[in-house]
Amino acid sequence: MIRKRLGRLAFYLLIAGIIFYAVFPFYWAIVSSLKTGTSLFQVEFWPSNPTVANYVALFEEQPFARNIINSLVVAVVATGISLFLSVTSAYALGRIRFRGRTSMLMIILSVSMFPQIAVLSGLFELIRAIGLYDTLSGLVLANLILTLPFVTWVLTTFMREMPRELEQAAIVDGANDWRILTRVFLPIMGPALSATGLLAFILAWNEFMFALTFTLSTEQRTVPVAIALISGATAYELPWGKVMAACVIVTVPLIVLVLVLQRYIISGLTAGAVKG
Amino acid sequence: MPAAQPHSAARNLVSAMPGSMSGRVGRTLEQQRTRVAWLFVAPMLAAVALVAAWPLARTIAFSFTDAYLSDLESWAAIGFANYIALFEDPLWWQAVWTTLLFTVTSVGLETLFGLAIALTLNAHMPGRGLLRAAVLIPWAIPTVISAKMWGWMLHDLYGVVNAALLKLGLIDAPWAWLAEPRLAFAAVVAVDVWKATPFMTLLILAALQVLPKEIYQAGKVDGVPPIRMFLRVTLPLIRPALLVAVIFRGLDAMRVFDVIYVLTGNNPATTTMSVYARQQLVDFQDVGYGSAAATSLFLIVAIATAIVITVGRVNVSATGERR
Repeated sequence: MIRKRLGRLAFYLLIAGIIFYAVFPFYWAIVSSLKTGTSLFQVEFWPSNPTVANYVALFEEQPFARNIINSLVVAVVATGISLFLSVTSAYALGRIRFRGRTSMLMIILSVSMFPQIAVLSGLFELIRAIGLYDTLSGLVLANLILTLPFVTWVLTTFMREMPRELEQAAIVDGANDWRILTRVFLPIMGPALSATGLLAFILAWNEFMFALTFTLSTEQRTVPVAIALISGATAYELPWGKVMAACVIVTVPLIVLVLVLQRYIISGLTAGAVKG
Repeated sequence: MPAAQPHSAARNLVSAMPGSMSGRVGRTLEQQRTRVAWLFVAPMLAAVALVAAWPLARTIAFSFTDAYLSDLESWAAIGFANYIALFEDPLWWQAVWTTLLFTVTSVGLETLFGLAIALTLNAHMPGRGLLRAAVLIPWAIPTVISAKMWGWMLHDLYGVVNAALLKLGLIDAPWAWLAEPRLAFAAVVAVDVWKATPFMTLLILAALQVLPKEIYQAGKVDGVPPIRMFLRVTLPLIRPALLVAVIFRGLDAMRVFDVIYVLTGNNPATTTMSVYARQQLVDFQDVGYGSAAATSLFLIVAIATAIVITVGRVNVSATGERR
């Protein structure tokens, strides 16, 4: 009896440990973002006089609102284009057996394994040549290399899992592939498209290396670059309070997103890897 | 696996009847379907060619030139000179070694932690859904942000980690987590583990949840100790999923950049291949030399992928055939 209770206690301690490990950095970021001046440099687990000065400074001293909008635009457009281009290919790769299908899947998988640095100089040249350097369109173009193979891969897995009866009935009715895709599959693929789109959005939202290399002006930066390059008002000021405020602002919507949509995220993630 | 594809079986049957009408019909139908399939994939392929294949080809081409970032148009072909210089640079080899060490340590730790957390979450208890979400959170936030949050926690003078360790009496002077070579490496691994363990956990949890419950009931009846049950039953059953997760993470870890750029910058102890290549390419403007480094990293990742797929016999590509 005592042994069982001890085991139970150890189990809950373990769970408490896991939660602490996962959540403490966020807690600490929130606490630090509410402190300014010297109190920032004292370790106290609740700010003695909390202030939102860091949040105000973040939006006043630099175009952080603009950076958030930039990130949203780049991530939404890149995700949209990827979904649009992937739907037909996922149907072909998932439902039609044809020569070259396996090698095509191979290529898509290996493109998603590309180290970003391997395309950096080529992409830089391309983006400069078509006049998209330091623009959001250039970043959308660059992000496609991350989102497009990923979306195609995951959607293909989802397509493959659709029940066969669906298209058999349509084939009997004499429908061609385009009709089967648009009239039979697309209407019921809402959850799959949302799951995949959500993951692609997170992928593009988090992208750092391209955004760092292909933008120059503060106004064109996305959130990750803006946060990485936040500076103090003077060279001697340590901007940690502002950095933590920025982290909190970006993280809170993502946490809400994860809590609300975790079912989609998990289905998308496992479709992309376990069953892949 | 048992569930073969009835679809393809039927079609093979049709085309396997030589000379018959259905054979010819089957063939033309197949040709037609192939044409449709290529038509359907064409837009995606064109886009991939534009954003991936072309830039990669240009990077490889640049690696044989002396191009500079300030003027990409004027360059001269210099053959393998960049590669020779690269392979003679001890810093490059240090970057290769750091990358491999980083990959092995972080993916190893992520697998261990992922297994432990997934097994814990797999137990039935109240609030499991919420717990699963809590575990997911580090995965969803940008790497740059996790690096910044940890950078502040590990700050040598004002960081909470040093403060806690000092108070507990584990250290007697603050540690320079991000400057001292060994500590910096450990810090980078710690942040990566914190950020990527959720991915591992989720994939392992998904595999655990489809395991048949009967085996465990039988094991319990027979009095098999839990550890033995885990080693003999659970581990072999989730091995395929575990392998795929390890491979995905491993290939991802080999190109690590964000966390290191933000957390430790140009500290040579944490310079990986990606960081080295970008430094040459952008900071020193040496596009030719940097492209040679980038191409080398690409080749290493490509070879690793090929080895993993053939030796590990993980049929990652032909998903349809695997089921």
